[in-house]
Amino acid sequence: MPRSLPLAALLALAAAACKREGAAPSEDRPARPAVSLQGAGATFPYPLYSKWIFEYGKQRPEIRVNYQSIGSGGGIRQLIERTVDFGATDAPMTDQELAKASGRIVHLPTTLGAVAVTYQVRGLEASSLQFSPEALAGVFLGEIARWDDPELAELNPGVPLPAEPITVIHRSDGSGTTAIFTGYLAKVSPGWNEKVGAGKSVRFPSGLGAKGNEGVTGQIKSTPGSIGYVELAYARQNKLPVAAVRNRAGRPALPTLEAVSAAAAAFTGSLPEDLRLSIVDPPAESAYPISSFSYVLVYEQQPDPVKGQALVDFLWWAIHEGQAMAPQLDYAPLPEAVVRKVEEKLRSISPSKRPSPLQGEGSWP
Amino acid sequence: MAVSVTALGRLSLPRRLAPAFWGEAHLGDRAFRLCTAAFAAGALLTLAALALQMTRASALSLRRFGPGFVLGTEWDPVRESFGALPFLFGTVVSSALALLIAVPVSLGAAIFLSELAPGWLRSPIGFLLELLAAIPSVVYGLWGIFVLAPWLRDTVQRPLSGALGGLPFFSGTPRGFGMMAGGLILAIMVLPTIASVSREVMRAVPVGLREAALALGATRWETVRHSVLPSARSGLVGAIILGLGRALGETMAVTMVIGNRAEISASLFEPGYTMASVIANEFTEAAGDLYLSSLAEIGLLLFGVTLLLNALARLLVWRIARLPDGARRA
Amino acid sequence: MDRYRRRSAIDRLAKAACVAAVLLALVPLASLLAYVAAKGVSGLSLSFFTGLPKPVGEPDGGMVNAVTGTLVLVGLACLFGVPPGVMAGIYLAEFGDNRFGKAVRFSADVLSGVPSIVVGIFVYTLLVLWMRGFSALAGGVALGIIMLPTVTRTTEELVRMVPDSLREAALALGVPRWKAIVRVVLRTAAPGILTGLMLAVARVAGETAPLLFTAFNNRFWSIDLSQPMASMPVQIFTYAVSPYEEWHRQAWAAALVLVAMVLALNAGARLLLHRRAPR
Repeated sequence: MPRSLPLAALLALAAAACKREGAAPSEDRPARPAVSLQGAGATFPYPLYSKWIFEYGKQRPEIRVNYQSIGSGGGIRQLIERTVDFGATDAPMTDQELAKASGRIVHLPTTLGAVAVTYQVRGLEASSLQFSPEALAGVFLGEIARWDDPELAELNPGVPLPAEPITVIHRSDGSGTTAIFTGYLAKVSPGWNEKVGAGKSVRFPSGLGAKGNEGVTGQIKSTPGSIGYVELAYARQNKLPVAAVRNRAGRPALPTLEAVSAAAAAFTGSLPEDLRLSIVDPPAESAYPISSFSYVLVYEQQPDPVKGQALVDFLWWAIHEGQAMAPQLDYAPLPEAVVRKVEEKLRSISPSKRPSPLQGEGSWP
Repeated sequence: MAVSVTALGRLSLPRRLAPAFWGEAHLGDRAFRLCTAAFAAGALLTLAALALQMTRASALSLRRFGPGFVLGTEWDPVRESFGALPFLFGTVVSSALALLIAVPVSLGAAIFLSELAPGWLRSPIGFLLELLAAIPSVVYGLWGIFVLAPWLRDTVQRPLSGALGGLPFFSGTPRGFGMMAGGLILAIMVLPTIASVSREVMRAVPVGLREAALALGATRWETVRHSVLPSARSGLVGAIILGLGRALGETMAVTMVIGNRAEISASLFEPGYTMASVIANEFTEAAGDLYLSSLAEIGLLLFGVTLLLNALARLLVWRIARLPDGARRA
Repeated sequence: MDRYRRRSAIDRLAKAACVAAVLLALVPLASLLAYVAAKGVSGLSLSFFTGLPKPVGEPDGGMVNAVTGTLVLVGLACLFGVPPGVMAGIYLAEFGDNRFGKAVRFSADVLSGVPSIVVGIFVYTLLVLWMRGFSALAGGVALGIIMLPTVTRTTEELVRMVPDSLREAALALGVPRWKAIVRVVLRTAAPGILTGLMLAVARVAGETAPLLFTAFNNRFWSIDLSQPMASMPVQIFTYAVSPYEEWHRQAWAAALVLVAMVLALNAGARLLLHRRAPR
């Protein structure tokens, strides 16, 4: 008898596998038909998006938004391949990328964030270093290789800079955060522009690569003497110090909500029709120089009306009620003018011409 | 475990009965035979489809860069210039480092298990070694990030850098994460593969050879050194190649500790990037077509190399012993 | 005499080196198991098995989705990997002493050495792009392909080990050959095959790399095979590289669960083998 037991177990295993398959559709059916939205992309806004999805899930439990923060490059690639329902990126898609897609893609700004320069250096846990654009480029090029470099010392008088080597932490995946950061450096430093350039994936001359804003922050935390660039929320959540960067007006600016909003305000007067714009290195006095909108990318023609409607509902909620949650997570709310524009864009998404009744126009001030 | 079953099988296995004896008068028999043959063809087809699909996915890059891809040192998505050399370098160096550490240790362990250990000890230690092989790669990576890398940095690299910092291998900043960590974690992971295959190979050496040597007054070690090892040699080489195959394809644990930067540096402290880790990090991310295709070509290269190595290893090991299960894990 | 002393000294030295090698090999294992056990236990809680991943800062996050996801994916892998593998193994053992059999055997062996990440690319370009989406199904297929060669070769070995006298006895009773194989030969080999299966399952349960491009990940509890699905290995990877303490805790806990699972399968396989051995 014991001989047949394992065989029975084998059959049971196979049967269980079949059963799981069969049972799938009947499980878990709430009152309204459940909709699963698959999204992927930027890690930059992930703390905010995950909060949104969590809160929105309480209101509309039938809409399940599965957002995976794999990197902006991934968001764009997977949307082009149509393996996801929406993508997300911080760096707007290039014309070349847009041309590859099999449909019109709209850019919907959802929030504003800063790329903070953060570090883990003994003795500097609480102090905010100051960088000039040249010094920042020098550090990330590997030309300034020690914390006690005279150029850094000059910028930070009185700060006890240790005699230790600098380890640069950068992204190993295709990243909008990288695009913003390198876009800024390429703009302010000819040397950077020539040697590295700007893009979602670039060839970093020094340091360690890590995956996602999460990975970079984690790597910074586990590497003494390191410096890296992450979305402000990641630095704040992990109590890492952030550097002040000298802006175009020559003032040291810390990445704060006000400084980010100021950067956006410098550009929102002349919004491009497709909302693709870069707000790095703004001319404003109090602006932080390395900030950006973060975008959700969707096809204008939604192949599935139910999903399309759910997506529009969620995004509508995000740019209205959702904005209130942004500041507590260190993201700046969208400027009024941008919200209007996004509303317009959301209405243009077909087949859902307008947001569903549950949260119509009335629900926002 | 499966090891001993297969070893047993090899010894006690009678010849297959001749097909004529079985006969195939029954229609059901023919149907059954065809049916199983169809599934058997599945393995063949899967392999063929794999090769075909990988080639198709890398067509763009193959056309653009040609054979120069293998020697290109640039990996610059901004300028769309791609070359595989830094990844080949990272893969080869980390795997070589792994073998350098793992081969002596695993051969020693295999000799102990097959020749020296008292009977009651063989099975539990063998089990522990196989356990080492069964632990998922990502768990090694987790341990690598939080235990191995900090330990390497503080206990190994700092003193090394102080004492031998002048050597190119130990220059640079001790960070823990980097080529050395990648090589070490690979060593730990391929060790059980090499050890258990070598043990099988040594066990397959006829007892008579050992007895003869011992009877001539040789010590245990001399018996091993002059009788067992020479006759097991090609199998041992096969075991090492199998270990190498595993090291080349290993992904997660290495990705988590190697530092992930496409760079060719002599220093073991510096970060590296392996073929498998660049795929893991960038494959879903590559927005440009040429970029994606280049990643696929790296996959194709990896596929080709492991294919060759495995074919070679099987040829060498097969002559001596059946492969134990667990000899392979990508 | 002097020479003898030297020889025996070398002998002792070499033996000591071998013992040292074994100890050296076991040090990382001990360290790893100790960390996984210590950190994993402190990270385990009820919510780990009941909760879903939560945004950082929200209490009671868990990974019930990843735990079920891993079970479903492994189940799928068995579905795609085991029946074809067993059938192919039967062919190889019973009919495979020809050139076709040799080719199949060779490709199974080569296939078993293909890095799992390459299988991931393969399934992505074939299935994920075609189905227009990441899915549990694609993940199951990838894991199934990884399992297939092991199952094939194990089945072959074990079916070959069944003594011909059993086949002869069945045939002598007038049973058709296929029935003899299924009812007698396969049944006799079943415990051994199951042992092999458990080992193969233990291996794919921890696979991460191919799932990154196939099953992807899912924040929700889902058993819909056409949708992305969470799994413990992918979740461990995501959490391990993150900067959050809470996520690290959960990664260790998941590692403990995964290692316990793999250990249990290995120990089970060994037990099964031992129980069978005397017969």
